[in-house]
Amino acid sequence: MSKKRRDYKLTFYSRIEDFVNGKEEFLLYRPTGTTEAKKLETLEEELTEAADLLEKREARQKVQDNTEPLDFLKRFHRLYGIIAVLVCATMMGMLMITVSWLPKFGEPGNPANNEVIARYIEKGQEETGAVNVVTGLILNYRGFDTMGETHVLFIAASCVMILLLIAEGEEKKSSYAFDRYLEPKNDIIIQKVAAFLVPVVFVFGIYVILNGHLSPGGGFSGGAILGAGLIMYVSAFGFKKTQRFMNEHVYKIAKVSALCFYVCCLSYYFYMGAHGYDNHIPLGTPGNIISSGLILFINIFVGTEVACTMYAFYALFRKGGL
Amino acid sequence: MTFIENFVPFSIILCMGAGIISSALKGRTSRRFSIIILSVVLILSCFVLGYTVYLGHAFVYVMGKFPAPWGNELRAGCLEGLMAVFFSVIMLLSVVGGIRGQNDDIREDKMNLYFIMIDLMMASLLALVYTNDLFTAYVFVEINTMAACALIMIRDNGHTLVAATKYMIMSLLGSGLLLIGISMLYTITGQLLMPNIHEAVVRLNETGEYAIPLTVVIGLMSVALAIKSALYPFHSWLPEAYGYSTASSSAILSSLVSKGYIFLLIKIFYRVIGMDVMVGHKITNILFVFGIIGMIMGSVTAIRQTDVRHLIAYSSIAQIGYIYMGMGLGSNAGMVAAIFHIMAHGATKSMLFIAQRGLVEVSDGSKDFSDLKGSGFRNHLAGLAFAVGAFSMVGVPLLAGFTSKVYFAEAAITAVRVKMWIAMITLAISTILNAVYFIRAVISVYTPRNMEYKDSSYKPSTNMAFALICFIIFNFFLGILSYPIANTIETGLKVFD
Repeated sequence: MSKKRRDYKLTFYSRIEDFVNGKEEFLLYRPTGTTEAKKLETLEEELTEAADLLEKREARQKVQDNTEPLDFLKRFHRLYGIIAVLVCATMMGMLMITVSWLPKFGEPGNPANNEVIARYIEKGQEETGAVNVVTGLILNYRGFDTMGETHVLFIAASCVMILLLIAEGEEKKSSYAFDRYLEPKNDIIIQKVAAFLVPVVFVFGIYVILNGHLSPGGGFSGGAILGAGLIMYVSAFGFKKTQRFMNEHVYKIAKVSALCFYVCCLSYYFYMGAHGYDNHIPLGTPGNIISSGLILFINIFVGTEVACTMYAFYALFRKGGL
Repeated sequence: MTFIENFVPFSIILCMGAGIISSALKGRTSRRFSIIILSVVLILSCFVLGYTVYLGHAFVYVMGKFPAPWGNELRAGCLEGLMAVFFSVIMLLSVVGGIRGQNDDIREDKMNLYFIMIDLMMASLLALVYTNDLFTAYVFVEINTMAACALIMIRDNGHTLVAATKYMIMSLLGSGLLLIGISMLYTITGQLLMPNIHEAVVRLNETGEYAIPLTVVIGLMSVALAIKSALYPFHSWLPEAYGYSTASSSAILSSLVSKGYIFLLIKIFYRVIGMDVMVGHKITNILFVFGIIGMIMGSVTAIRQTDVRHLIAYSSIAQIGYIYMGMGLGSNAGMVAAIFHIMAHGATKSMLFIAQRGLVEVSDGSKDFSDLKGSGFRNHLAGLAFAVGAFSMVGVPLLAGFTSKVYFAEAAITAVRVKMWIAMITLAISTILNAVYFIRAVISVYTPRNMEYKDSSYKPSTNMAFALICFIIFNFFLGILSYPIANTIETGLKVFD
């Protein structure tokens, strides 16, 4: 461990660290046990001492500094603001002028309306088996891009975990115990409404996922709806009930298996496609629920991943764990 | 189609799969798993490099059933193969060399998250190298940005949080500009595949149609990638990001992340817009000017640092300036020098960051030069590696940095007269400035003081020793056997079009 500077606790950085780690709201939880209470007291004493030191330091600084540099800084900040606004305005103006030189939106003769788009629209249904051309485009023609996009969600959830995951121990307990501190517990109105709405939302989400290749929708939007349903359930009934079917274990299994299957399916598809082999994936009759080959399964995998990510965001921001 | 061609997509997908599986593993296991995967990717990339050099031209791998303008496509020539090998070597050595640092700096329960980021970073770098489609490049730029952010903030303290926030703001500004550029380019050309865009751009340039949007697109893309790779006026995020994160992260950020973006910019130069159009729009002159300013300013700021991490970080700004200077010369020779310097700087900077960690370990954890005095005697190998790295950056013969400076000078001589004078004089001044701070750093590392820090129970980590020895060999290899590498780069650039 690198030696922290002795006055690290006094710096701006330490306060940011405390804020992110939730130590600023430490006072919500006051353990009554003797050792912990003492620890808290000593910590508070240290903090007040630190604050005193900081004040003294600032006072000394004020005496040392003349007022002139501060004035200069103030002027600099004002100037900085003005320049920033000017730069942004120039940038905006430049982009606006450029847009006026771009081809007009929706004209038939635009460069973007070329053989690429024509094939997507004309042959999309025949080649991918999906009635919804957009789904066919993103999951079949440009499947590799969409795989990257799904990994963006995965990596975003992992990033939030790095930032907000609370370590095992006392802090985790307090955070878990007080996650409903400012909210009504077992609010009857929310619970009744949720009991009515949550099944509807779930069914609608599953419908959007499974109909991704037939109607507007698909894994991304359906997964977001499922995630919203989960969040509604949590906010009505609390984490204890939710954790019976959606805990860290289930989250991990669902996410990892969905992504693994996704990657495996696409690898098979890429390999067969690149070598010009027939991939033996029946496309079915366009319009049927079981059709369009891999697209249906990929939608299910993407939907699972998105729902898990949405729920994980909510749980992490609320109590720092799943 | 030979079997080796499958290695190109396979190495990308392998890294992605490793990232997914890492999220289900325990901390230390995920590291072992990651190291195995990175080694496999290194071997696969070596095969790809050998195959492309043997083939003499590039090959295209269709991702899926539908050929290029409709589906996605990867493309590998010998330059791509070389970059893939280089990226995987540095990634592997940085991860292995910083193992003790990771154990100290990263919380046990977040260790597997760190290796998700390492794996996905590798996947995104490989995809940036191999992609033949501008939008795929954007998707992987996004993954790269997020992973880099996470690599900074994995070490949980206030400094890294501030650094990650700064990095995120600047980097997202770059991503946004890049996206605007790509969508404008799509609007005026109607293509996303690189060769097709190139064709359309050449046609537009001849007819003069959409001249203003084309200029804006070129400007936006260059500025976006310059921001993301910390060219001089956009470097404000860099010192903190490199200075406070864990040693492996600093090594990866400095020698891979920014280099990935620069390589993408070079691809855009050659394969998307075309070098003639780029030079015709004078964007190379602008990059040249900022590169020159960066070379001087980075070094001048580095002289004032008393913290070894910050010194190395500011030196990075100067070295990025070198690369942009080479690209700004607007000639093939300049580009070869720039790409060679990407490799030389990557190999040296990651070694410096890893060696610095070894020196700090034996100096009571302090990064200040007053405490680091004599650390070369307490940890011999780290001291040696630090000295080799510093000499390489200064440009002592036989080392990688010297060779790249020779290539820069050779390229500058053939350039336009004004550029030649400016480039030569700045190279000379910058070399002296480099010498001022790096030689001073080496001298203070080898000044026999602070003997009270000597701890007889201290054992240097074998992983770090292994990584440092590999780094030193790699450095000498780049310095002495530079000819085949420069040759490969040159043929790679030729088959780029």
